[in-house]
Amino acid sequence: MHYSHTVRHHTYQFKDLKTLLAKASPLRSGDVLAGVVAQSYEERVAAQIALADVPLKVFLKEALIPYEQDEVTRLILDEHDEAAFAYISHFTVGDLRDWLLSDAADTAALQRLPPGLTPEMVAAVCKLMRNQELIAVARKCEVVTRFRNTIGLKGRLSTRLQPNHPTDDGRGIAASLIDGLLYGSGDAVIGINTATDSPAVVRSLLEMLDNVREKFSIPTQSCVLCHVTTSLELLNKSAPVDLTFQSIGGTEKTNTSFGVSLAMLEEARQATLALNRGTVGNNVMYFETGQGSSLSANAHHGVDQQTCEARAYAVARKYKPLLVNSVVGFIGPEYLYDGKQIIRAALEDHFCGKLLGLPMGMDICYTNHAEADQDDMDNLLTLLGVAGCNYIMGVPGADDIMLNYQSTSFHDALYVRQVLGLRPAPEFEKWLVEQDIINEQGQLLPAEKRHQLTQILKH
Amino acid sequence: MDKLEVSKATADPWDSLKAFTAARIALGRAGTSVPLKASLAFKMAHAHARDAVFSSLNLDLLLEELEQFQLPVHLLHSLATDRQEYLQRPDLGRRLHSASAALLSEEGQTFADVAIVLADGLSATAVNTHAVPLLQILLPALQKAGFKVASLTVVEQARVAVADEIGELLGAKLSLVFIGERPGLSSPDSLGAYFTYAPKLGTTDEGRNCISNIRPEGLPYAFAAEKCLYLIKEALRRKLTGVALKDEMNLLES
Repeated sequence: MHYSHTVRHHTYQFKDLKTLLAKASPLRSGDVLAGVVAQSYEERVAAQIALADVPLKVFLKEALIPYEQDEVTRLILDEHDEAAFAYISHFTVGDLRDWLLSDAADTAALQRLPPGLTPEMVAAVCKLMRNQELIAVARKCEVVTRFRNTIGLKGRLSTRLQPNHPTDDGRGIAASLIDGLLYGSGDAVIGINTATDSPAVVRSLLEMLDNVREKFSIPTQSCVLCHVTTSLELLNKSAPVDLTFQSIGGTEKTNTSFGVSLAMLEEARQATLALNRGTVGNNVMYFETGQGSSLSANAHHGVDQQTCEARAYAVARKYKPLLVNSVVGFIGPEYLYDGKQIIRAALEDHFCGKLLGLPMGMDICYTNHAEADQDDMDNLLTLLGVAGCNYIMGVPGADDIMLNYQSTSFHDALYVRQVLGLRPAPEFEKWLVEQDIINEQGQLLPAEKRHQLTQILKH
Repeated sequence: MDKLEVSKATADPWDSLKAFTAARIALGRAGTSVPLKASLAFKMAHAHARDAVFSSLNLDLLLEELEQFQLPVHLLHSLATDRQEYLQRPDLGRRLHSASAALLSEEGQTFADVAIVLADGLSATAVNTHAVPLLQILLPALQKAGFKVASLTVVEQARVAVADEIGELLGAKLSLVFIGERPGLSSPDSLGAYFTYAPKLGTTDEGRNCISNIRPEGLPYAFAAEKCLYLIKEALRRKLTGVALKDEMNLLES
């Protein structure tokens, strides 16, 4: 289908839906690099005006990447729920934006909507919304998931404790783990990125985490973020795998570049469920995504990076994950150049994920070649706290010495919980109080000289 | 009103755990914030990393120091005009400017075994600091092993893949680029080395081998040079680089 909009005698032509979406997207370096960006400020707004009038029904007829070529497109269209869509099938993209902002769109209504929405509809409406609107609507969503604790309840903010070490040294990791726990971090997951994908290393770290969790009865889950094939190998050998992790993208070709397919994700989920390790729920998958991954893999099919990212959420939601987070600033300035672009993208990703029914967290982060610093991350942290983000990362001093980038620190989580009155997951909060780490008000208590958790590392 | 008491940051009594990791643990706190000393130390580390990203090759000194190797040296530039463009357009950093390409075409095919390229990458500081001391060990070792080394090239605003075009224009069997890596907070001057057999435009990263973190606090010069020599020998013997060429140097020794 063809789209156009006329501004002062000049008619902007958009030859198809993916071009219209790309031209309507707020400026970011990745779309410039891909050559899909609007050529002027005026063209961008013209595209947004044209996009506002597109009926949502069009998104079900005009696939951005052909059905025959891409299993993510097939997933999106095959699983689309007509009954849930019926409430909004007469809407344009602009109507959807206005409705989302209205009082009629309350938490319950937003919880009924996801099966009727495709990621492309969500990406489209996102492009028409300002940052405050992305926050206001996301805040109304509530997506709750469970494994050994309950994540995503309103008024709660969880953290992934990320105790990475450049050589995967067990004692180095344990030192950061103790530090994090004593700062009240780790209710979303204790999750380690490893320098190697060696199954032996992954297994020994999984066992170490499992022993610590058992010994101190910590109501949380652990994960070593290895490739899904490594997890499958370990699952078959009954290693203590709580959650299966995988990086995913929004096109089949992107996923191929990650070495995964939808069938593999399903197989991994079934194998993880079979271990039956969850105590309060069975959300067993953990996914990471990020704008730019499709372009980086030369797998974007001319689709803008924010829309590709939203399509990754359609992949994620199929497998009922415990946790999903975008690694927004990690991929580098050729995709998101500066603090402004990173902040915008993070709010988009959080909004789109929540609207599609995902338990969305965020790796609030940047690399040293991006035009960003801690002040930008403080801004984003505060905004996402207000938006009701399910979880953030907890990295010692915000400095990940293995992945060489800056994320949020244990201190950052304390800050945002304090200024916004947010609390950890209820089961974990109770444990923190029992351990004399925090008081009933959630304030960190003065640490004991020899807290029993320091015994994790005998020295 | 009485004078307010000076508020001291709360220390963490698990300070001894710092022995196990370079991570920023046991920082203590001021309220919920990081104590000022740790906060400023972080800022300083980030300042070093940012300065490294925006550093330039010290061409006068570099060219003077490279004279000792008695090889022709060409000064080249990529298609990226400045740092801002370089950071947003990696595609431009991978290609030579036409004037630079012409300069190498003039020299013609050298039939050398190895073309060594020095590229600023994301930290010219790394090249300024480590390239010459590393070459002082590597080049004599290459000559002793009987390898023919092509003219040295120094490239500004360059990405790894720029060495594909250079290697191809010089007709070298293998290209070896030393390039400034993306600075980490604790490593603003890490040098990386990328090896590509039969370099030509359009080579993808699966076709390369890499040695990372070359600097005295990481992989020291002598060890890095030894690893380079090993990979060059193996690549030329087996006529390939990339995933099929594993670094088994340590396996062979043990």
